[in-house]
Amino acid sequence: MKAPLSWLKDYVDIDVSAQELEEKLFSCGFEVEELTEVGKDISGVYVGEVTECEPVEGTHLHVCKVDCGEKGVFQICCGADNVAKGIKAPVALEGATVYATAKDHVTVEGVMTIKKGKLRGIESFGMLCSGVELGVNGDMFEGADYNGLLILPSSCKNGEDVKPILGLDDYIFDISVTANRPDCQSILGIAREVAAVLKKPLKEPRIDYKTVPDGRKVKVTITAPDLCPRYIAHYVKDIKIAPSPMWLRRRLALCGLRSISNVVDITNFVLLEMGQPMHAFDLDTIEGSEIVVRRAHNGEKIVTLDEKEFTLSHDNLVICDGSKPAALAGIMGGLNTEIKDTTGEVLFEAAKFARDSVRKTSRALGQHSDSSAIFEKGTNEYTTERAMKRALHLIDELGCGTVTDVCADVATEYSDTSVKHLAVSVQKINALLGIEVPAATIREILESLNFGVTMSGDCLELTLPPYRDDIFAYPDIAEEVIRMYGYEHIHGTFMPTAKVTNGGWNEEQRALNKLRALLVSEGLYEISNYSFYSEKDIDMLRIPDDAPERKFIKVLNPISEELAVMRTFLAPSMVNTMLRNLKRGNYEGGEFEIAKVYVPKSLPINSFPEERMKLCIGLWGSANFFDLKGIVENIADSLNTKFEFVAGKTTFLHPGITADIMCEGEKIGYIGSVDPAIIEAIAAERPMMLAELDYELMQKHAKAFKYSPLPKYPEAQRDLALIADAGLTCAQIENEIYSACKYVSEVKLFDVYIGNQIESGKKSMAYNVTFTPKDEPLSGEKVDGFVKKILANLKFKFGITLR
Amino acid sequence: MENMREIEEIKAKIEEAVKDIKSSATMREIKMKFLGKAGEISALMKKLKEIPPEERPAMGKVINALREWAEKRFDEFEDVVKAAELGQRYEKEKIDVTLPGKQRKKGAFHPDTLIIDELVSVFSGMGFEIYEGPEIENDYYNFTALNTPKDHPARDMQDTFYLGADYLLRTQTSAGQIRVMENKKPPIKILSPGKVYRFDDDATHSPMFSQMEGLVVDKGITLCDLKGMLDEFARKVFGDGIKTRLRPSYFPFTEPSVEVDVSCFECGGKGCKLCKGTGWIEVLGAGMVNRAVLQNCGIDPDEYTGFAFGMGIERIAMLKYGINNMKLLFEGDVRFLKQFRS
Repeated sequence: MKAPLSWLKDYVDIDVSAQELEEKLFSCGFEVEELTEVGKDISGVYVGEVTECEPVEGTHLHVCKVDCGEKGVFQICCGADNVAKGIKAPVALEGATVYATAKDHVTVEGVMTIKKGKLRGIESFGMLCSGVELGVNGDMFEGADYNGLLILPSSCKNGEDVKPILGLDDYIFDISVTANRPDCQSILGIAREVAAVLKKPLKEPRIDYKTVPDGRKVKVTITAPDLCPRYIAHYVKDIKIAPSPMWLRRRLALCGLRSISNVVDITNFVLLEMGQPMHAFDLDTIEGSEIVVRRAHNGEKIVTLDEKEFTLSHDNLVICDGSKPAALAGIMGGLNTEIKDTTGEVLFEAAKFARDSVRKTSRALGQHSDSSAIFEKGTNEYTTERAMKRALHLIDELGCGTVTDVCADVATEYSDTSVKHLAVSVQKINALLGIEVPAATIREILESLNFGVTMSGDCLELTLPPYRDDIFAYPDIAEEVIRMYGYEHIHGTFMPTAKVTNGGWNEEQRALNKLRALLVSEGLYEISNYSFYSEKDIDMLRIPDDAPERKFIKVLNPISEELAVMRTFLAPSMVNTMLRNLKRGNYEGGEFEIAKVYVPKSLPINSFPEERMKLCIGLWGSANFFDLKGIVENIADSLNTKFEFVAGKTTFLHPGITADIMCEGEKIGYIGSVDPAIIEAIAAERPMMLAELDYELMQKHAKAFKYSPLPKYPEAQRDLALIADAGLTCAQIENEIYSACKYVSEVKLFDVYIGNQIESGKKSMAYNVTFTPKDEPLSGEKVDGFVKKILANLKFKFGITLR
Repeated sequence: MENMREIEEIKAKIEEAVKDIKSSATMREIKMKFLGKAGEISALMKKLKEIPPEERPAMGKVINALREWAEKRFDEFEDVVKAAELGQRYEKEKIDVTLPGKQRKKGAFHPDTLIIDELVSVFSGMGFEIYEGPEIENDYYNFTALNTPKDHPARDMQDTFYLGADYLLRTQTSAGQIRVMENKKPPIKILSPGKVYRFDDDATHSPMFSQMEGLVVDKGITLCDLKGMLDEFARKVFGDGIKTRLRPSYFPFTEPSVEVDVSCFECGGKGCKLCKGTGWIEVLGAGMVNRAVLQNCGIDPDEYTGFAFGMGIERIAMLKYGINNMKLLFEGDVRFLKQFRS
């Protein structure tokens, strides 16, 4: 919301600097996002009178003597066609800063510093300036649009700084207004806050006007009262379309609006000043002098002022005449009823439209305007009424038409102009704040904010300002009080009245933290990928069409196609992250992610989906399957359980290097090497190892840790080097060793050898076997007996021999 | 007296032999040669049988004296040899202590995890429990119950990702407030970290980020209590001497609502690049829980009051670690993550 300081001064005697005002506004809840001096780039420019002006032969130049009062008299070479003896113009002296323009003298190309120079060999000690060079146009200063020198009034004093003359010393506040204060989406709204914070009276703008009786009938019908609670139409005749006066054009220009004509400018001025969008219809084009506010028919069309055509639906509100849509309610007028230079009769509109209706239509059609921006935030009927009066006052004041007594003002059952009251307790306000603000101070603050206040004891009987729709209960009043009283009065206390509670992570959360810590100690980096990916990412991993991974929830309004689908598994994100690392030259690494996947119960979703926590680990570079398996085994250890790895099938993993991770017969995840075909397809150029586990399933198998007594007698160990068929798995052999002897407590493989030393088709597997005694010590002979039994079983079952 | 001569000879031999001792191994060998079962001194002992019985005791004494002398002599030399050997070993095993250490490479927690852990430890000491709500919410929990009805412009403050007619990705961890208060009655002290989603994507915004929500509801809770707790938070997270500043703001679910700034920990409040010359850094939004929100959860707002606060975890991480682009937190680049190993 842009508010020029000069405009605010129309309503409040501001006796502080722009910077001080910025701080005051900030402290009461209006952050100034940017405070800009209008002429921030202009300096060192003074009023100069051309006292001599001689043409330079063979050129378009004139060599002038320019009298700059106390600054001196300077010789300046000037190329403008309107330079002449006796004129006064802005002079940029040596060291001044002004805008540099292109050859067309119109396009600004940055800021330049004026230096002494020579033009065609003639010395020049400065520059006579145009409006463009000073950032001033015809709406800001009469005549500044001329492509030549900006001629200053002869009343200007030679040597005077031009910035105050041209209004360049003005400031624009760009204020961020919170969503609860739509009443401050206007200069007047901000001025009210300024008056309150500076403790100054507010000078309300004039809204009086004269009317002449007229027999014309204007009819307004509202058939969608929920979308349009109030509609006021006022008939103005004898319209004389003309340019607006300077003061009006200048105010619009400071807020970034272009002046169009007096009638249109008045509607824009009122929008900025009061925060009520207005519209003016050319009454000649309104069939039957009739306005119908209704929902559009499906397929109905309208062409708006900016010559864009829209096809409407029943959700859109339109303002129609006797037969056709004449405006897109609250957004933009129709081209067919636009004010033209020839317009003689005008119907002014001030209305309240439902904020979500305007918002939805504006979004659906992609058509936004200053008007829709205000309606979306919410307007207030008190302001609607006053805005109409203000517009009519300006018509009167500017003499651009005759205000008639013909007015159609329709208030529907949704209209509400009742005066609101609220009774609050001073004690409760202070109890919420935790400090004691004196009752008298509370009263003063509320009165400065236009609350009507009657005090009886602890109770304040309040009459709310008619433009405030954000006050419901005493905390709202507490906020009004403290934002004006000052938040610096709030001092820290430590909940002296609160009960003691126990804090911290619960058991489940601690288990997750423990898993994280374990994985970090394994050398992995924790990552966080987006919860959404693209369907293409699922395709990348060649997931079959009917796989559960493809039963995903779609984001209806994704930020991009890359982030359009809620994750059903973590692998695609992990593969992409590994790939990103490889592309950036990080050829080695290991990472993990613990995050949720989203499993819908039905599609499209009509109930809360299941959010399942998953763990995904990725290793890339030189790591192999067993590096990753070791990490996964350590997870099992940390859960005090065992995982089994059963050669498995996962579509995106190498068919020979993949296993299902099982725990107590239940599949809890997969592990393996990403299919080399995929590695090639995505140009990864390094192998990737991947494991993904269902966190909840895994956690379900966690066993409470319990101490078991140390064995009374020492354990015995034996190394067995075996020759087995190459096709036998380590797990088969291990399981057989365990089952052959109940004293075996641990079987550890420490070497595998395949090569010249042994028969082909065979491999050598060396195990270290631990025997733990139970009730009596194990003698060497006894252990030898166990070994014999183990070897016999291995030979019988698998034809394994001792190496 | 031949025996006596022999004794002298042995003594001389021992003195000669020890001179050659270079190592513990030769030491043992030579010792055996004289003192072993088959050694020269033992041989003398055996010869005692050959001398007349009356001379035997005296001779025995002499031989024993010789044995004692020899043992002592060897012990002395053993000490010398061992010391020499140790010296050699030290020399041999000497290393270049400036060679690089062998590290067991540790990984690192994600910066978000580090910040969440830190915040949890700060707040759990103040009695806050941790609650984690669902990321996919419905309109009621994310908006309506939080005093943001359908037509409310505040819905535009956070552009929402929709998943279905009524379902959406939560835009704020505040959604969890309602779930907590529906199931738990005061006293309530809850901390709720988690992922949230908004339609936003630039250097300081990401469509997914993390928030930490805090909620206190009890009898007599005041704005000053909120300030006191935030002061504590600022000191513990950003350092001693860090102050907080409240300024008016607006959230539909709190009233009064405040933005909370901390004094700039980079410049101490003098004004620098980090705080854009203001001396203050915005870190979170907070306020007194709106009466309507308490009512929606079946808590009597005339009996209880409360405060809530919410902060962006990535924002805190970026401030604390000086990270300039939010994207880095979601790219999984090991060169970035490596830096958080400590």
